[in-house]
Amino acid sequence: MNTRELTYVKAFNEGMHQIMAEDPDVFLIGEDVAGYGGVFHMFDGLLTTFGDKRVKDTPIAEQAIIGLGVGAAARGLRPVCDLMFMDFIGVAMDQIFNQAAKMKYMFGGAVSVPLTITTAGGAGMSAAAQHSQSLEAWLAHIPGLKVAMPASPYDAKGLIVGAIRDDNPVIVVLNKKMLGVKGPVPEELYSIPLGVANIVCEGDDVTIVAIGRMVIEATKAAQALGEQGISAEVIDPRTVQPLDIDTIVTSAKKTNRVLIVHEAVQFGGIGAEISSQVQESAFDYLDAPVTRLAAPFAPVPYAPILENAYVPDAARIVAAARQLVERS
Amino acid sequence: MDDSGFGATGVQLLTEQGVRVEHPDFAISLTNEGFQSLLRDMTLVRRLDAEATALQRQGELGLWASCLGQEAAQVGSAHAMAASDYAFPTYREHGVAWVRGVPPLEMLAMLRGVTNGGWDPNRYRCAPSTIVIGNQVLHAVGYAMGIQLDGSQDAAIAYFGDGATAQGDVNEAFVFASVFNAPVVFLCQNNQWAISQPTNRQTRTPIFERAAGFGFPGIRVDGNDVLAVMAVTRYALARARAGEGPTLIEAYTYRMAAHTTSDDPTRYREAAELDAWRQRDPIERLRSYLTSEGIIDDDFLEGLELEANDLGELIRAGVRAMPDPEPGAMFAHVYAESHPDIDAQRDELDAYLSSFVEEGVR
Repeated sequence: MNTRELTYVKAFNEGMHQIMAEDPDVFLIGEDVAGYGGVFHMFDGLLTTFGDKRVKDTPIAEQAIIGLGVGAAARGLRPVCDLMFMDFIGVAMDQIFNQAAKMKYMFGGAVSVPLTITTAGGAGMSAAAQHSQSLEAWLAHIPGLKVAMPASPYDAKGLIVGAIRDDNPVIVVLNKKMLGVKGPVPEELYSIPLGVANIVCEGDDVTIVAIGRMVIEATKAAQALGEQGISAEVIDPRTVQPLDIDTIVTSAKKTNRVLIVHEAVQFGGIGAEISSQVQESAFDYLDAPVTRLAAPFAPVPYAPILENAYVPDAARIVAAARQLVERS
Repeated sequence: MDDSGFGATGVQLLTEQGVRVEHPDFAISLTNEGFQSLLRDMTLVRRLDAEATALQRQGELGLWASCLGQEAAQVGSAHAMAASDYAFPTYREHGVAWVRGVPPLEMLAMLRGVTNGGWDPNRYRCAPSTIVIGNQVLHAVGYAMGIQLDGSQDAAIAYFGDGATAQGDVNEAFVFASVFNAPVVFLCQNNQWAISQPTNRQTRTPIFERAAGFGFPGIRVDGNDVLAVMAVTRYALARARAGEGPTLIEAYTYRMAAHTTSDDPTRYREAAELDAWRQRDPIERLRSYLTSEGIIDDDFLEGLELEANDLGELIRAGVRAMPDPEPGAMFAHVYAESHPDIDAQRDELDAYLSSFVEEGVR
């Protein structure tokens, strides 16, 4: 495959173009997605290429956007419904968790809801408490949903294609602060299966499981740790539902130490689930308690100085990993 | 009860006494078989409803939401649909499901507690009932937008009650259907009560008048007049097919029974109100008209009674004979494919249950 450098948002956009060209059943609805191309430019050019039947701007009503998607899926289509900021998902939650997630189960398997919801989460933009949240644990808690959190341009393209091809409702959570991050992306259409983790870098002394943008911070931290003689393995689950716990447990058995990093609040976060599963499956291999590094149990602050202190970063990952290694 | 305008503002083709009247905008012409089939369906739906209510009282069904009194609104509107149209009903639309061809035992299986849903929606082009009030109205609009995408001549019909008109989903569905000119019919059965709350606690505007604010026509129809409901729904479906967009139909009717078998309507409404509506019974009205016109005779009615008895027998025996699901069924269809956590949990349950077999307990 021919590979070149693309930004995260351009890679996502290319995936949208290619999957819409491949499958005429895919269509896009959301606020400002057509003429404007989405407030994050995720959907630039789709209206021009695919026309206003398949790329539709909607009035501002998130619950309706998802409800329409569920109905269109019943017609055999593959809707992509955009919710702009992840914080707005609360408005649409009823249609997501009571309808989209349960329809296959409650209809005895007779229908599928191949619905993809795109949205942008994450802090670090000084966008305040209602535009910065990471709510993936909330969604991963609902049986029937899948949740993808692309952490590189390569994954932004591969996971949106994988999500749209998937026969279940999938929420793809892009990270706002990563939109301009560049990385190698193949030109061809490809898809990443949902539920398969990515071992970002291999190591022997400590496993760092990082979610979303924290993968970038964890990778920087692994480099710094390496310079200090500590070999860290970074695992990006890619999807928090389904969660590829096997890859994490295998790594835990090798390194005997696990640190989990996410920018969602620590209490009840995905880290708690991973931590619990690791100790259930690898208790006898652990040299230290499984540790979490996540946001404090407070809304995301607006002031940049506070927000910087709120979200974990490479330096804090290094410190937490060192504590784990030095303990035993 | 807000009784203003009943008959005067609602489209009517058959009076409460069973006399045919003309309406300047709506007409209906049916063969004798067409008339008979409306009476047959309403009568059998009423029997199904009565049998299900009785089964619930006997502890054989978990719950039942009766459609008693609303047979004309449901059967009449469903008769207006083409086979390729798609209905999105609430939990009370047994008459719609019946006309769409859903077998009665498939309607009862969920409330018997042997399945999570019921029927295959695509087979009957009728979605299983939605429990959260108003959710399905958006689905109908999304489905209708799917029709626009593939360019077919189908239409979708969303059923909901007066209580649902306050929900955001319903109002958002109105906005979106209007903006996108979606081929959808909104069929609101105003049965006067949302559990214990009368319609005037749901809205201070007649429901059909709301459509004007959203930019499409709203029509009130006598919901206990099966001919009028069918004529008005046909008109609305034809508009949808012709690319003229949505229509709101307010079928003005009455919920003769409780909200569901779990509440007691004598605590919140007067017996006199029920008596008044009993005079407007949808089945009596049609039967009286068809008898006077010689379209049905005693033989027909006797045959229908026997058919209803057979249906009752089938329902009573069929419901009691439904096998309980295997425990592993709780894990089925959560996702379109297998899921590692669910597989592990199924295996755990299997191992736990088979431990009793070894001990001779099970």
